[in-house]
Amino acid sequence: MSEPISALAGFKPVDLYIGVADAGRTGQVTLKGELSDGKIAGALKKLTGAETPAPLTVTTGASGARVVWMAPDEVLILLPTGDAGPLVADLGEALKGVHHLATDVTDARAVLCLTGPSVPEVLAKGAPIDLSPAGFPVGCARRTHMAGIAVALWRRDPETWEIVCLRSYAHHLWTWLEAAARPGSEVG
Amino acid sequence: MARRLDTGGLLIDRDQPVRFTFNGREMDGFVGDTLASALLANDQVLVGRSFKYHRPRGIMASGAEEPNALLGVGKGARFEPNQRATTTELHDGMAATSQNHWPSLERDIAALNAKVAGMLPVFSAGFYYKTFLYPRAAWKWLYEPVIRHAAGLGKAPVKPDPDTYEHLHAHTDVLVIGGGIAGIAAARQAAEAGREVLLIEQTAHWGGRALTDGDVIDGHGAPDWVAAQIAALEAMPNVRLRTRCMGAGLYDHGYAMAYERVSDHRPGQHGAPRHRLWRIRAREIVVASGAIERPLTFANNDLPGVMLASAVRDYIGLWGVLPGQRAVVVANNDDAYRTALALHDAGAKIQAVVDVRPEVTGALPDQARARQIEILTGHGIAKASGKHRVEEVEIGPIQPDGTMGSRTLHRFCDLVAVSGGWSPVVHLWSHCGGKLIWDETHAMFRPDPSHAPMGADGQANTRVVGAANGDLTTAAILPSAKVGASEEATIQPHWFTPSHGKYAHGTKHFVDFQNDVTAADVRLAAREGYESVEHTKRYTTLGMATDQGKTSNINGLAMLAEALDKPIPEVGTTTFRPPYTPISMGAITGSATGPLFKAVRQTPMHGHHAANGADWEPVGDWYRAYCYRRAGEDRHAAVHREVLNARARVGMLDASTLGKIVVKGPDAGTFLDLIYTNMMSTLKPGRCRYGLMCNENGFLFDDGVVVRTGPEEFLCHTTSGGADGVHGHMEEWLQTEWWDLKVHTLNVTDQWAQIAVAGPNARKVLEDAGCDVDLSAAALPFMSYVEGTLAGCPVRIFRISFSGELSYEIATPAGYGLPLWQALETAGAAHGIMPYGTEALHIMRAEKGFIMIGDETDGTVTPQDLGLNWAVSKKKDDFIGKRAQQRSDLTRSGRKQLVGLMCENPKDVLPDGAHAVKRLREHIAMPTIGHVTSTYYSPTLGHGIAMGLIEDGLSRRGEWLTFPVGKDRVMRAQIVDPVFFDPEGAKQNV
Repeated sequence: MSEPISALAGFKPVDLYIGVADAGRTGQVTLKGELSDGKIAGALKKLTGAETPAPLTVTTGASGARVVWMAPDEVLILLPTGDAGPLVADLGEALKGVHHLATDVTDARAVLCLTGPSVPEVLAKGAPIDLSPAGFPVGCARRTHMAGIAVALWRRDPETWEIVCLRSYAHHLWTWLEAAARPGSEVG
Repeated sequence: MARRLDTGGLLIDRDQPVRFTFNGREMDGFVGDTLASALLANDQVLVGRSFKYHRPRGIMASGAEEPNALLGVGKGARFEPNQRATTTELHDGMAATSQNHWPSLERDIAALNAKVAGMLPVFSAGFYYKTFLYPRAAWKWLYEPVIRHAAGLGKAPVKPDPDTYEHLHAHTDVLVIGGGIAGIAAARQAAEAGREVLLIEQTAHWGGRALTDGDVIDGHGAPDWVAAQIAALEAMPNVRLRTRCMGAGLYDHGYAMAYERVSDHRPGQHGAPRHRLWRIRAREIVVASGAIERPLTFANNDLPGVMLASAVRDYIGLWGVLPGQRAVVVANNDDAYRTALALHDAGAKIQAVVDVRPEVTGALPDQARARQIEILTGHGIAKASGKHRVEEVEIGPIQPDGTMGSRTLHRFCDLVAVSGGWSPVVHLWSHCGGKLIWDETHAMFRPDPSHAPMGADGQANTRVVGAANGDLTTAAILPSAKVGASEEATIQPHWFTPSHGKYAHGTKHFVDFQNDVTAADVRLAAREGYESVEHTKRYTTLGMATDQGKTSNINGLAMLAEALDKPIPEVGTTTFRPPYTPISMGAITGSATGPLFKAVRQTPMHGHHAANGADWEPVGDWYRAYCYRRAGEDRHAAVHREVLNARARVGMLDASTLGKIVVKGPDAGTFLDLIYTNMMSTLKPGRCRYGLMCNENGFLFDDGVVVRTGPEEFLCHTTSGGADGVHGHMEEWLQTEWWDLKVHTLNVTDQWAQIAVAGPNARKVLEDAGCDVDLSAAALPFMSYVEGTLAGCPVRIFRISFSGELSYEIATPAGYGLPLWQALETAGAAHGIMPYGTEALHIMRAEKGFIMIGDETDGTVTPQDLGLNWAVSKKKDDFIGKRAQQRSDLTRSGRKQLVGLMCENPKDVLPDGAHAVKRLREHIAMPTIGHVTSTYYSPTLGHGIAMGLIEDGLSRRGEWLTFPVGKDRVMRAQIVDPVFFDPEGAKQNV
């Protein structure tokens, strides 16, 4: 069996003023449907342990699965690599008769983990959204643009963020972060 | 002469000397100096030549409004022209050079322009519009080589900028622009109320004019008050303070732009960006941008040594520099007397205070009188004179009729400090719609609070405080301030000082110093019928230089009002536009240079291609290999080899960039029947169908293979550049028109890597790579699809062909893309496999007569034009474009139709876009009947082939067409079937 490769394999971490790490190939499922439908909320809860997220938020299940609100009819579920395929099958089973779309998109996006107190400052060099503690509290999730590309990001705890972009742009986001978080360029 | 005083200078650190050069000459300064203060300290009064007339010019101001002292700063790649000496912080090793002179600053040949300017119309108002009309020949020998060469400011740097720049988005409750006492007080007030505050100041220090003029505030000297306030603000967690950060522009709904000069004053600081552009969203904006002093307009008022009165006392107080030993102060207001006092107290001799007001009373003039300073009331400067700096002024009485009296007197001087009153800096307020009112008493435009810029809720979101609001004194700004001098007497508006003889006409009365616009130019414009201030601005170039008329606009429009005999508010101001002062192109660009210039999409195999000779071309946002060059090969040879190898053996193509959109739901078939021109709902699961998409106008805009992956699920392939557009198109129709259809769409382009294996040996390669599905023609016929495992990778195999060869397009999750590619290379080695690029792909599809969106289509081409009627359903009730395709213009005869073109000379390759002409003529224009849309040399056929859109082409098979392709060169080609190769499809159906 061939081994799949993360989009950011080969990118070496360099000395930056925030932590930037490739989260590696992360299991991802896109679920589209009527999110207010109790069957969808029930299936999500049962299969991921997480509540259906309110707009602009992310929820986390006991197993660590993250359910990210992406659009009024769309969530992105992140879970351990390899669990995406089975989840798609289970969702199909649980949502029989409910109009929805569930697809394994494990390889569609690169996932990066950003850490440190200065993450909002670095992100603010590219993203127009309010990244202050009030504007972007823990549990908040936003889709925005930075570095000329579309990204989605959420705050897992005060100093830990996840950010995703399309796989084909992963090298670009990485290069941008290397420039934006370059030591000496702190805004202060 | 100008010199450094032995003591004083609030901003300089005399313990930290700094060395710098001006035009190569070594000079000394101190940390805290601006380039301007250091130049004056070294008695460098002459700092440049003017734009049109190359007249000698010196430092006039002490801040952002400086019109004259534009210098080249830096060396080599870090050289930058047009830097204002007054806002450039001095640092050790700085190299500054003067501009706009030849051969040297002191001896400039083009200064002759100034001498002849009175006689010729060459540089007077509107010279751009008058001079360049005729004679035509003058373009060659005068206009371009001489005038263009002589005009212009500074030289562009010639090397790439080695510095870095960045943007920063900031959100705040209150943005306060300007760190003078008004801004500080506003920030403090907002911060005490618990609001998030961002306070920015364009200079390196807080306090603004109060440092020079602030007197006593709350019992403290103004500098101490400022320091205490800043310390208090710094201690508040809800306050952010930035110096060297200029409010550059205000835009709609509280969006503001600020320009931070992070490391100009400490170059080489590791990792620091040079400039940072702040993009601020504020709920409320407080503009505290101060005011700018106006010069007075008299003959030769541009001589070096003629300076703004406020700047003179800034140089004394802030930098310990005395700009001259023998000074004349010229005024129409009381504030200028502060300069007379400061000069006197610093040891300069005041030769006279010349005040245009007939009567001068008040505390400040009294203080001057107490120092035995001579005050000449009702007088003005008839003219100044001197070679490279002012040496003497002629002073005369201003008569009741406005002329200059004949009983004039002379005073020797090396400094003339002028004050024509103050203009609030209303620029930012005006950027996004704030209106102004003319304040007759104070002779100034000030913000009209009843017409403020508004936020998204329609409520005013911007207010102006301090001098920017017309409150010009410390006491007016801070009621708690105790001001030394009592009430100031009112200003007497004074826009033009009369003179006599050749100076009477105002040709040496400079209004706009940077663009060399004189009072005579403004009056000429009025005489020639220019009534609108906006038109006069463009005609005379008043206010159009890099300083945007900070010191000249009000004087200029007041003169225009006078000439038109209209009140000033009726003439009005020109439009204020961002940025407030020039900002660097680097700051605007931010980090988007080099590899970050444009986000480029890469397939999972990108790195592998790069290591194997890929020669890239951009396709949409992707980089794709045009071809893979081997040692010694040029592009042409590589493409030739790749085509022949795929035709004879087997090739592989990275097709990951193809758009892939999942369409799922009970109504998916219905939806796709509406989106595509052909029938998709009848497609059986496991089968593929080529489909066309048209817009509402009936024109073809995308194509691709649709695969039915399940009873309610389809996978739609789009062109590489079209995926996002097609997905948006689908969603728009779903969300706005067909919201009742139960369909979801998802763009999964990035999820899948895709590899086309094409050629007679394709099946063998897949079999040898280890495949768990039956690849035989019977089990997996043309246009079918199967899922399985190939070389240990989960795959979807589509038997589709864009090359006319036996071909499999294999999709695998992107993480497996590179392993699968490498496994196929290994398995294919024995079968002669080679990668091929986009050009070989294009040639092979053209040999087969397959169209390419963007080549054969240009937004005006229908499927019918391309002979694709077979892919346009006649059975369906509706699809997007159906109605439009029934319009008479799309069904008429004479439309351009797709044909194949076979060149007469096999070696000829028609130029892309070449036109076929009805008849060959000697000269253009020749009526044309169509053009080439795709053209290649076909290695397979050994012949130049092309596709083209030709009027009624389908019925002209066999005709010979004539293509004039350049000087005296004509190519001929015959209209043939666009399928040049294997028309029966024998090669793909095996």
